[in-house]
Amino acid sequence: MIYNGVALFLLLTVIAGMVRIIKGPTVADRMMAAQLFGTCGLAILLVLARGMDMPELIDIALAFSLLATLATMTFVRRTWYKGDDDEHS
Amino acid sequence: MNIHESAGLFFIAAAMVFFLSGTVGLLRFPDIYTRLHALTKADNVGLGLLILGLSLQAPDWLTVAKLILIWLLVLLASSTSCHLVARRALQKDIKPWALK
Repeated sequence: MIYNGVALFLLLTVIAGMVRIIKGPTVADRMMAAQLFGTCGLAILLVLARGMDMPELIDIALAFSLLATLATMTFVRRTWYKGDDDEHS
Repeated sequence: MNIHESAGLFFIAAAMVFFLSGTVGLLRFPDIYTRLHALTKADNVGLGLLILGLSLQAPDWLTVAKLILIWLLVLLASSTSCHLVARRALQKDIKPWALK
């Protein structure tokens, strides 16, 4: 019960972080909100693994832990080039 | 409720404070560098405290090893991506907030 409440709280912080996706102003700010989803989603998985007594969720979290960073790396290397102007997008 | 359970709950509650401050920092800080600071530090301390709390309650050592491995991977990954984003932002001439 406590653990479900903790997971709900983490979900609420993720939803609050979505405001940064709407406000921007640069693309990187939006990408950082995605990184926040990665960390908070990982924490939610770990808490639910304890709360719902499903230890296999820890294995999923182990695979999940690098996905958000792969997304950020791909974004920096492939999308967010030096020249293009994205301040207003 | 034994001592491990309650100590674990204490650390999980402390982790919630750090997660909350990370999100508030992401929403309230003025520019991209300070937001990176809030995101990649506060959230990882929060995750570390959460993993400490869950490790105290874990049934066996394999679970503890997996949890600590997750934390180390996240530390490595988030510091790498923080440096990448900050360096690319500097290359794109986004001025830090204090220098404006």
